[in-house]
Amino acid sequence: MPEIRNYTLNFGPQHPSAHGVLRLVLEMDGEVIERADPHIGLLHRATEKLAESKPFNQSIGYMDRLDYVSMMCNEHGYVRAIEKLLGVEAPERAQYIRTMFDEITRILNHLMWLAAHGLDIGAMTVFLYCFREREDLLDCYEAVSGARMHATYYRPGGVYRDLPDRMPQYSGSSKWHSAKTIAKRNGPRQGSLLDFIEDFADRFPGHVDEYETLLTDNRIWKQRTVGIGVVSPERALQLGFTGPMLRGSGVEWDLRKKQPYAAYDKMDFDIPVGVNGDCYDRYLVRMEEMRQSNRIIKQCVQWLRENPGPVAIEDHKVMPPSRADMKDDMEALIHHFKLFTEGYCPPPGEVYAAVEAPKGEFGCYIVSDGANKPYRLKVRAPGFPHLAALDEMSQGHMLADVVAIIGTLDVVFGEIDR
Amino acid sequence: MAKDILSNPVRLTALVDALGEALVGQGCETITHLGEVTLIVPSERLTDVAWILRDHPQLRFEQLIDLCGVDYAAYGKSEWTTEEASTTGFGRGVDRDQELAVDDPKRFAVVYHLLSLVHNRRVRLRVYAGSSQPMVDSIVPVWAAANWFEREAFDLFGILFRGHPDLRRILTDYGFVGYPFRKDFPLSGHVEMRYDPEQGRVIYEPVSIPPRVLVPRVIRSDSRYVQTGVSSESADA
Repeated sequence: MPEIRNYTLNFGPQHPSAHGVLRLVLEMDGEVIERADPHIGLLHRATEKLAESKPFNQSIGYMDRLDYVSMMCNEHGYVRAIEKLLGVEAPERAQYIRTMFDEITRILNHLMWLAAHGLDIGAMTVFLYCFREREDLLDCYEAVSGARMHATYYRPGGVYRDLPDRMPQYSGSSKWHSAKTIAKRNGPRQGSLLDFIEDFADRFPGHVDEYETLLTDNRIWKQRTVGIGVVSPERALQLGFTGPMLRGSGVEWDLRKKQPYAAYDKMDFDIPVGVNGDCYDRYLVRMEEMRQSNRIIKQCVQWLRENPGPVAIEDHKVMPPSRADMKDDMEALIHHFKLFTEGYCPPPGEVYAAVEAPKGEFGCYIVSDGANKPYRLKVRAPGFPHLAALDEMSQGHMLADVVAIIGTLDVVFGEIDR
Repeated sequence: MAKDILSNPVRLTALVDALGEALVGQGCETITHLGEVTLIVPSERLTDVAWILRDHPQLRFEQLIDLCGVDYAAYGKSEWTTEEASTTGFGRGVDRDQELAVDDPKRFAVVYHLLSLVHNRRVRLRVYAGSSQPMVDSIVPVWAAANWFEREAFDLFGILFRGHPDLRRILTDYGFVGYPFRKDFPLSGHVEMRYDPEQGRVIYEPVSIPPRVLVPRVIRSDSRYVQTGVSSESADA
């Protein structure tokens, strides 16, 4: 028998199941992990330092690029911090729009997570299904902001513009798709954006059933996830877990319920919690969260249909005046010029504002010294403490389980490396 | 819309009272501003205060949400010098050689954000770490989540954490020199890298990008905020 010794294995940074640029240095005893040391920072862009050199509004676009699969939730955290600092509040309709798009973003994120997690541990079909639904939601992003991903739609004091009355449609001829296919795709796109979202919300629970048929009782899926990466509720709190990672361990904590913001206090929805704190429970929690998000979207659509109104405050020190006003009102033109060249100066102080992003608590800590740029911006990314716990979660597991654990952490390096 | 329940005055007063009661004799200073409570903790008391905050039945801050460094060397300094502005060049009128308060004993601070799930409260701690050799005690024994956050603050600001189990750089490149988030570290950095075909490897060179400012940093007192904020703010700087 040859002597078996511990050895060190390098995993990533270019590995399909590293979810981006994660480099892991694994100390292994045979195929069992003794220590996992994640090396991060390969996507470090110093977003926080860049934000210190720009007026407040110009950094909203950077927030999209932090966690690049839950864009609008990041914007919401940043915009909320600025609003708290300025002491302004967005109008009610803007709050409902934000709530609706936060939940659309949550579904987008969870679909991406499910697709990648499934693919990592051997379920190819669910990947294709998830991306089919993501396409519709990205179309909602595009309709409302003009960009499929990096929307920069939320602004301090409201949102950039009201929901469009007309949903963009596929063009009539294509050499790839028949006229019949295009007509079918344009079917739900005949009305406004709200009609399209409502149509999506009506069929989405059926799609979640499809994913669950593929996975929830699947023998292989359960063998790969049940009892893997178990975290007790006490450890989850110690390790700074938030969001589905914390709820998967059975701690009932959701900022949307406990510290409601936007229009969440008027929404009727439930918070799923896990029991065992393993990968399978976290999977179940996220699946149920998608269904609950769908419920919230439906309530928002109904409210938004019935209540037209302004979507931004009238304070032109913070929100730009309308293009039409600028043509014949000198003051509006000056406001526009000052806002886009210099920005606004909030009073000195420090604020921390958090939102329940799909991955957990996304918070922004802003120190202002009264200048037109943040003196210090710290982004509290939910994935950062989650990945820090990888070492503890993977000890004693096999190499293949590390992949399942990385999947269940739902890491995105845009936010971890910042 | 949804009222921020954390900034409810009754709840804030209750929190301040509970903090004052539990931390008597620790020399902490409490600031309430914009609906948030900040506790300024003397650095030698940090570990004691952290244990009390976590385990005292009236406080129970079980979670460390965030930990970050702050460099106050340029606090309150604007770079917009209109009097001596030249008429040429990009970024004219910007004062790029600012006097930074590099020796201020309150230059570096470590800021902690804590969350209590039991009482549904948040609190912020600020500990001043000194200027030339910034150092505070590590709180990894109290909250395990502090491990990577402290590594990040060390990496970006050069703040040392006494007793940290594994204080290595985390976000910057292998072999990186300097502390990039300090205010005296330029935005464009000190070195740039490229592939050198003659030597057949990647080499580092001093940066060739001239520093420029797109929008100068300007501090204006906005009259709309005079009554709301500034009075209680002087202690915050």
